[in-house]
Amino acid sequence: MTRTHSPVTQVVAIGIGAALFFVLGRFVAIPTPIPNTSINIQYAILAVFAVLYGPLVAALAGLIGHVLIDATGYGIWISWELASGVFGLVVGLLLLRNAIAEGEFGRAFAARFTLAVVLANAVAWLLIAPAGDVLFYSEPANKVWVQGALAFVTNTVTAAVLGLLVLSVYARTRTRTGSLSHEQ
Amino acid sequence: MTTAPPPPLIELSGYSFQYRAQSAPTLHDIDLVVRRGEKVLIVGASGSGKSTLLSAINGLIPHHHRGTASGTLRVGGKDPAEVPLVETARVAGTVLQDSNSQFVGLTVAEDIAFSLENQQVPSAEMPARIERAAALAGIGDRLADSPHDLSGGQKQRVAVAGVLVDDVEVLLLDEPLANLDPASGRAAIELIDDLHRDHSRTILLVEHRLEDVLHRDVDRIVLMDGGRIVADAPPAQLLASGLLERHGIRPPLHVAALRYAGAPVRAEQRPARSADMDLDEDQIAAVRRWVRDGGDAAAAAADGAGGADGVGERAPALELEQLRCEIPVGPERSTLALAEVSARIARGEMLGVLGSNGAGKSTLARVICGFERATGGRLRIGGVDAHGWSLTERGERVGFVLQEPGQMISQPQVTEEIALGLRARGLGREESEGRTAAVLEICGLRPFRSWPVSALSHGQRKRVTIASVLALEPEVLILDEPTAGQDFAHYTEFMDFLRQVNTAGTTVVLITHDMHLALEYTERVLVLSGGRLLADEHPAVVLTDPGLAARADLVTTGLHELARRCGITEGHTLVRRFVAADRAAREVAP
Amino acid sequence: MTAPLLGYIDRPGPLHSLSGVSKLVLALSVVVGAMIGFDLRYLVAVSAGSLLLWGISRVRLRDLAVVLWLIVIFMVLNNIGIFLFAPGYGSELFGTEHVLLDGPWHWDVTAEQLVYQLAVTAKYFAVLPAVLLFVATTRPPEFASSLARLGVPYRFAYAVSLALRYIPDVQREFRTISQAQQARGMDTSRNVALGTRIRHLTSILMPLLLGTFDRIESVSAAMELRGFGRGTGRTWLVRTPLRGRDALVITVSAALVAVPIVLLVVNGGRFWNPFA
Ligand SMILES: Nc1ncnc2c1ncn2[C@@H]1O[C@H](COP(=O)(O)OP(=O)(O)OP(=O)(O)O)[C@@H](O)[C@H]1O
Ligand SMILES: Nc1ncnc2c1ncn2[C@@H]1O[C@H](COP(=O)(O)OP(=O)(O)OP(=O)(O)O)[C@@H](O)[C@H]1O
Ligand SMILES: [Mg+2]
Ligand SMILES: [Mg+2]
Repeated sequence: MTRTHSPVTQVVAIGIGAALFFVLGRFVAIPTPIPNTSINIQYAILAVFAVLYGPLVAALAGLIGHVLIDATGYGIWISWELASGVFGLVVGLLLLRNAIAEGEFGRAFAARFTLAVVLANAVAWLLIAPAGDVLFYSEPANKVWVQGALAFVTNTVTAAVLGLLVLSVYARTRTRTGSLSHEQ
Repeated sequence: MTTAPPPPLIELSGYSFQYRAQSAPTLHDIDLVVRRGEKVLIVGASGSGKSTLLSAINGLIPHHHRGTASGTLRVGGKDPAEVPLVETARVAGTVLQDSNSQFVGLTVAEDIAFSLENQQVPSAEMPARIERAAALAGIGDRLADSPHDLSGGQKQRVAVAGVLVDDVEVLLLDEPLANLDPASGRAAIELIDDLHRDHSRTILLVEHRLEDVLHRDVDRIVLMDGGRIVADAPPAQLLASGLLERHGIRPPLHVAALRYAGAPVRAEQRPARSADMDLDEDQIAAVRRWVRDGGDAAAAAADGAGGADGVGERAPALELEQLRCEIPVGPERSTLALAEVSARIARGEMLGVLGSNGAGKSTLARVICGFERATGGRLRIGGVDAHGWSLTERGERVGFVLQEPGQMISQPQVTEEIALGLRARGLGREESEGRTAAVLEICGLRPFRSWPVSALSHGQRKRVTIASVLALEPEVLILDEPTAGQDFAHYTEFMDFLRQVNTAGTTVVLITHDMHLALEYTERVLVLSGGRLLADEHPAVVLTDPGLAARADLVTTGLHELARRCGITEGHTLVRRFVAADRAAREVAP
Repeated sequence: MTAPLLGYIDRPGPLHSLSGVSKLVLALSVVVGAMIGFDLRYLVAVSAGSLLLWGISRVRLRDLAVVLWLIVIFMVLNNIGIFLFAPGYGSELFGTEHVLLDGPWHWDVTAEQLVYQLAVTAKYFAVLPAVLLFVATTRPPEFASSLARLGVPYRFAYAVSLALRYIPDVQREFRTISQAQQARGMDTSRNVALGTRIRHLTSILMPLLLGTFDRIESVSAAMELRGFGRGTGRTWLVRTPLRGRDALVITVSAALVAVPIVLLVVNGGRFWNPFA
């Protein structure tokens, strides 16, 4: 079962999630051996938010966070911002039912999570972002496809690996009903 | 004066609550009545359920924290569990334990307006009401500032103003003094008292700093232990009863001193404040005798503490030379957080750092550990210039316990958190386990060792961070406000342990607002103000210099007042005698 | 990373005194207009307008130097990318081919390609200063209330406000946490292998995240205690009244969106073809 969060908690989760997305996306780039590509850990965090707070929160946090990154940096680039939102949305929708908050994290969930991340990344970076670039900005298709594919690969790997790690730790911080007692 | 008592505003009877995750209730069978116009203080050991009790009253239980409750609870005649949170909030305004998370606006004015905006008060009506609430809370001159420009004490005031703007009847305050310097703490208590008296608000206050709260009158003190109310009495009666000590709470120092002197204060002597307590001749004589006779013991105790003699000749652990630190806060702007601080800290010394909120104490520690870059001057660690050392390299020599526990805890479980640093240092399993077990014991965390950190109270979390740094056994230990939010029983336990490691050769630096802690455990303190070093002296000298104490927002403890009342000119002799007696008492009954 | 990048610049100028609403409308129109339009003349005109605004805004180039450098690099890379992947895209779009420079394989420089890439660059130039100026001249509290006045649901608008409120906090928190962990031996610098670095990185991410979840809990509790979300609407303390100048700005904004739509019809497509 999934916890339902109150609307107020959702608003706060969107706001603070966007702030987190912004900070990680803006200041924390881990360089990789491939030139000009860095590991974007903010998508791993967005996936975690999608699992814990649902698709709507993740979609809006991703969208706002990315708009803020762009508005203070590269200028608004709608197609990629939408793609961030869609990524959160899809992960959230595919994992609507989960019991992470109850501390359950098994192989089955890990598999579902990985699959959801792959699918969501595919939709975001192989479909929405390049299609948007071609439609809104008339960029040459093969260029945006290559960019999208690169983003797909790096984001999928980091979101899956880091996301699973974070969720497995998080699940262990959650306590089952009536499980705590003082030990001697 | 036989008017009927005012009707109860808050009423709990037979109330129990068990968090969903717990196997036993956190609150047992609570009976408590708070009437209109009362001012009630709740004290109790860390983890005794004080915050939980406030959460039940303001409705966060069950609206935010899940669990099972039984018994009855009425706030303004209604059960908070059955009405929406806001309805309870209209009667009882809460200032949470962490005032930073309560500050949701982008500026002070906006934050105070928050509740008005939610009630859809027209924009034009807001400024007047904001100004009134801000003036009441004493923050009227900072309306346009953002939260980052405010000190801890000022944030607390904003939180109070944000609640007052709504005309609530009851104010629930959870540890409002936790991070305030002594002078701001007093100011906060005065503010709360004004609200109580001049504006007839009912006040329910949770606080560990009993002596500071009693700076102004309270009607009753409720003492909690293990989720139960063990006493509910007027302050005079409770202080005289000796119950506080039995439940791990330190009574005001002058009350303890009179007990040690063998002339305990009685309830009718109004023992709440040392300045206006009635002392009789016998008590004064007893105190004088006690101080005189204990001269030797006091001297011995002084030698035990840090061993000040010969410090000058010992090898230096830390040397600061004209250390300077500017922190950039915007384009072309920076604040000067440290200005030309010079000091020499010898190996094996126990040193205190005192000063107002925002004086630069934490910044000093952060510069030493490399968290903040010094923009001038020189720092030597163990005689070697630390310029260019990485954080990890510095961390191997200097252990640092941060002010905010949440910034250090990264593991889901208490034991894992402690083992984390040990593993990164490449220690063997056996060694790690031994050290982990030892620090768990010292910090009173053994019963919680396999609990998730999320189920610990605020004070318990802080102890986890202390334990995880103690386990690393660094040469120099810096602790930022180790005793904030801690109860007496727990803090003496790890402070005594700190003294033990200190005698074994570890250098200890304590950043604190607690004057008595500095007096008891250190022989030397650095006093900072506005980033500058005001003094480098014995703590007693600092306290007896009124000009210095005022500039650093320090306040003398009740012991000095007691000494004055008893005609002891050298206030410090009484303090020394007290510390010695305190220590002796602890050794007898650990 | 201590110096805040996202920044309102407190140096009152003509743009600062405009209402947040009209500035938001203007910024949005520029974004939308530049998205629809690919007419080089329009884009150049908007870019010129943006630069003009910058000139009168009293925001100095130096204030945003870091950001501007990032943009220039990004723009150059993007242009190189387009040329590498699709050097013939311009000719494809305009249907003609005027070779200016004979390059290896298909990398010939054509006039059409230059015009096309110029248009792409102009798009950047049109949008960027406008957005940066909006950020630099609008007080964050006005952000949210302006969004709400434009009809965005207040919960969403407030989420934006919360994001702005907590960015500096999260930033400071991240920094402190990573330092505390490094001091305990969790090195994340280049001195250690990538695998270890990632493991250590999670030991920084975890407290940040756990702290964030706690904060979400306590902030939402605090907000709910103070009545957030109890009504269907909400008023805002900060709201600059709309004045004559604002009306002018909004009119200009409308034109900025209308013009590319008209041009779409006039040009019979998104591009203005100088080669026809
Ligand atoms: N959300 C929770 N889930 C499970 N247990 C909890 C939770 N919050 C608190 N507890 C437990 O309830 C007990 C009382 O906690 P509470 O926060 O009320 O203590 P406190 O008296 O306010 O302590 P402190 O002075 O340290 O703030 C603690 O032992 C703690 O472990
Ligand atoms: N990261 C930062 N950015 C901006 N200003 C800062 C930063 N850190 C500290 N300051 C400023 O530096 C000054 C000293 O702060 P510091 O935290 O050292 O005070 P403190 O003595 O530890 O106070 P407290 O007793 O409240 O903990 C303050 O004015 C504070 O506002
Ligand atoms: Mg508490
Ligand atoms: Mg501090």
